[in-house]
Amino acid sequence: MILRSKDVLGLEDLTAEEILGVIDIASRFRAVFDRPVRSVPIMRGRTVVNFFHEPSTRTRISFELAEKRLSADIVNFSTATSSLSKGETLRDTAENLAAMKIDMLIIRHSSAGAARYLAKVLECSVINAGDGAHEHPTQGLLDIMTMRQRLGDLRGRKITIIGDITHSRVARSNIWGLTKLGAEVTVCGPPTMVPSGLDRLGVRVEYDLMRAVADADVLNVLRIQLERHSSRSFPSNREYHRMYGISADVVRQLKPEAFIMHPGPMNRDVEIASEVADGPRQVILDQVANGVAVRMALIYLLSGGDPGALSPAAA
Amino acid sequence: MDWSWERIPSEFLVTNVRLCRQGVLGRRRGFLHVRKGRLEALGVGAPTLEGIPVLDAGGLVCAPGLVDLHAHFREPGFEEKETIATGSRAAAAGGFTAVVTMPDTDPTIDNSGMVRYLIDRGREAGLCRIYPTGAISPGRKGEAMTEFGDMVAAGAVGFTDESHPVTNGNLLGNALKYAAMLGVPIITHPEDQSISGRGVMHGGYWATRLGLPGMSRAAEDAALFRDIELARAAKGHLHVAHVSTKGAVGIIRRAKDEGIHVTAAATPHHFSLDHARCRDYSPLFKTNPPLRETDDLNAIAEGLADGTIDAIATDHAPHTATEKEYQFDQAPFGVIGLETALAVGITWLVRSGLLDLGQLIACLSERPARALNLPVGKLEEGAEADFVLIDPDRTWTVASGSFQSRSANSPYLGETLTGKVTATFLRGRLTWRDEADSESR
Repeated sequence: MILRSKDVLGLEDLTAEEILGVIDIASRFRAVFDRPVRSVPIMRGRTVVNFFHEPSTRTRISFELAEKRLSADIVNFSTATSSLSKGETLRDTAENLAAMKIDMLIIRHSSAGAARYLAKVLECSVINAGDGAHEHPTQGLLDIMTMRQRLGDLRGRKITIIGDITHSRVARSNIWGLTKLGAEVTVCGPPTMVPSGLDRLGVRVEYDLMRAVADADVLNVLRIQLERHSSRSFPSNREYHRMYGISADVVRQLKPEAFIMHPGPMNRDVEIASEVADGPRQVILDQVANGVAVRMALIYLLSGGDPGALSPAAA
Repeated sequence: MDWSWERIPSEFLVTNVRLCRQGVLGRRRGFLHVRKGRLEALGVGAPTLEGIPVLDAGGLVCAPGLVDLHAHFREPGFEEKETIATGSRAAAAGGFTAVVTMPDTDPTIDNSGMVRYLIDRGREAGLCRIYPTGAISPGRKGEAMTEFGDMVAAGAVGFTDESHPVTNGNLLGNALKYAAMLGVPIITHPEDQSISGRGVMHGGYWATRLGLPGMSRAAEDAALFRDIELARAAKGHLHVAHVSTKGAVGIIRRAKDEGIHVTAAATPHHFSLDHARCRDYSPLFKTNPPLRETDDLNAIAEGLADGTIDAIATDHAPHTATEKEYQFDQAPFGVIGLETALAVGITWLVRSGLLDLGQLIACLSERPARALNLPVGKLEEGAEADFVLIDPDRTWTVASGSFQSRSANSPYLGETLTGKVTATFLRGRLTWRDEADSESR
């Protein structure tokens, strides 16, 4: 058994062994992508519900693709098309889902803790696809997988997460996962976007971008959620870009082998300059491909899939 | 004549009790003599009076009826959460004989007719004295003053816009002056909502870890500073509700030293539970002000011990089970507290040695009554016979089925507490008797 729990709610709950085990399986699925037939019939006859209570394009498509490649039956529903908009409680929704006998629930919700709540009241497996500003474990796993493909063992590696830490579930999942694997994590952003108490999570806080990235192996650049901020957390996109944006000038001062990640979607020329986003140091499309593989691995493992039944990864 | 719990006579003796008076628990066994709803006599020993039924209390503590300065009884408008009748029953079960109610009902308590309505409904229920507060502004909109004079004449004991703090400093200053003329306090919930913003729990390590928006201590402290300076300028009486920060305790201590007429209360949950309780996203721990950090809890306990904080008040805030099943950020703020206040005080303050039992009882009776000038909270000859019998050593486990309140949103569910009210008397009439106690006698 690679995963102990029936659910994946956050990297906080996973051990280093579990994280590495999932990534190992994900690497084997990644190998399937290069075959002419990319689907495997592992999940035939099982129903996965994608419940997106918050707008999402990339994550939803990535999950759907992962489910289709495992041959699962898929039901999608989002707030606009469900009774949730009429004020049904999450508990009622959950009980309805349970009565319909589904095998797995993928949940994206604007409230932190929503996935944990559903996991508690439902017997089926639950995968958190992002809950408020709490965790986004599949993003954390795909980020770690992408880092490991280039760096191998992450112990002692220097990873810098840049942007709005306060509102970022991606940052929290990265912090939990990376610290468990022994990486040295630095977070960087204006003090208005760095919450208190982060030191207790074992990360270094640095407000000066150049100091934060000077010896970094990886820059994980977060999306600035422009809709959340207006003028309260930083004065303007222009100033944010000047002080915290990853420009070509910043890239020139990085270690030569350092690379740049972004969970997408990007605000070009705000947190990342267009030329960097399109440049040779970014690995963004690798992240996207790994995302599908990581989600396949989780769905497979939570469904009781046998890791031994898959051929070992080539890499 | 024999004592009968079923038919409480109009005159009786309670003997074999440890009397709690002026914050001091008597060491020798004493008695109460109740006659026609009043305390005819009380003291040490056991007088023999011919023909008067005697209740032998077996060494229980006998304290003044408890006084709560802050409860939401939800009627009118939110009867699915609580009514005057169910709230009064919860009060009696918690040992309370007097409750100050908040005006955030629908409609708002913002005129004398509404004040009279609450008092009448309280009399009909007949289980505790209801002391209503009125709103500072009509509809709690913070725009103009309500008719304070009219409402005081009808029985209002103070004014507050509660969880909609008055942002207009001129209005609050005038309210303090005007209320002072009438001899009543302005009660504030100090919160600068432009600072606390969308926060749903204390801003600190746990909010960061859980990814929930935090409410900074600065929201409370900054608002409190303003309220105190307005009280100084107005020479008014400011009563600060539910103090939750270390900073606020210091601000109040200094204001009192400077002679400003400020009184304050803290809730049981703010000296017993910290923000780590939110770790499982249970809305049962969602309150405003939020559960804070150990330093804050300790400062509140010290404030109660040295008198900076005058009283323990419950901020009893019932919500339905459905509302408290929403996600943490969507669920309403508030917890119930009337039925656990005394036991939480004994469990967290008395057993740890921060207060002795006499002091704790004073924090729940004499001291709150004095803070708001209520003519209750004392055991003395000639006073109305509002008193409680307490077993300070009995342990019990809080269960959702154990409440008299219509709601069960207690943050202590599953906790084992020490101390239980075994019987409550209002004007010499029994308003509550604990079932376990009934069985054992």
